[in-house]
Amino acid sequence: MAEAGGHSPLEQFHIKRLVPIDLGGVDVSFTNSAAVMVVAVVVITVFLTMSMRRGTLVPGRWQSMAELSYEFIANMLRDNVGSEGRRFFPFIFTLFMFILFGNLLGLVPYSFTFTSHLAVTAALAVVVIIGVTLVGIAMHGLHFFSFFVPKGVPAVMLPLMVPIEIISYLSRPVSLSIRLFANMMAGHTMMKVFAGFVVTLGAATFGVGGIAPLAMNVALTAFELLVAFLQAYVFTVLTCLYLNDSIHLH
Amino acid sequence: METEAAKMIGAGLAVIGLSGVGAGIGSIFASLISSIARNPAARPQVFPLGMLGFALVEAVALYALLISFLILFT
Repeated sequence: MAEAGGHSPLEQFHIKRLVPIDLGGVDVSFTNSAAVMVVAVVVITVFLTMSMRRGTLVPGRWQSMAELSYEFIANMLRDNVGSEGRRFFPFIFTLFMFILFGNLLGLVPYSFTFTSHLAVTAALAVVVIIGVTLVGIAMHGLHFFSFFVPKGVPAVMLPLMVPIEIISYLSRPVSLSIRLFANMMAGHTMMKVFAGFVVTLGAATFGVGGIAPLAMNVALTAFELLVAFLQAYVFTVLTCLYLNDSIHLH
Repeated sequence: METEAAKMIGAGLAVIGLSGVGAGIGSIFASLISSIARNPAARPQVFPLGMLGFALVEAVALYALLISFLILFT
């Protein structure tokens, strides 16, 4: 699908080094991905601190939004984990806001979607799964491994069931990371492909033919906005469910 | 067969799996609509589960699309 200029729709995901930094052979350059991550953290911090600057009992618009996002995650934690989940609220809230703003900032033209890279989403998923496992072990000690023995299974089937349970537990970070990464990458690639069609169809028909792919792109952008929220919500809700599995075994 | 042609064929074959995803998403929303119709008061409980289910099924669609793009562009 290389166009005449040799641009592929996957070129938007290239990592560019903005400030090359080399620490004894290890490349820790400040990349465009890192720049957008910094922007996301700054935007989240400014939004939350400025909205609650003058906290009134009857909230204004910005305070409403900050309180809505707090309540959304607090309710999600309470519904999925119960009252023991309260301790994990900062982590879950940070996770949700980081992924949400990462997805949303990627929709800004000429910006970069850092959640569309498997490295980033895999790092988040690995942190989640290791954190959740450590919480389970800290809370239950070695009894945590009884989680892999399903209830009501005859002892004869255990040598088959336990490895299956372990493998399905280990597949959780895999599916968590690939779901987010594939959604973001596929969405942005589709938008780029239709944008390419606008140019090629428009060139062939004096601009008139370019309107259809442009309308499709507008619809796709709306869909990508929905997907940005949905994927952040799904990542967070699944984290809460895995946390619930660790805290209340079975 | 040239690599380019084989890539195109591979990409096309890879997205055949999306038919199952279409059936799955239709099934999720059919059950969501029917359960809200039977018991409209349950909507705040049922709707987030419906969205979670939709996102999980859509993830499978994107795995197929991902493989298709990988075949086509690398």
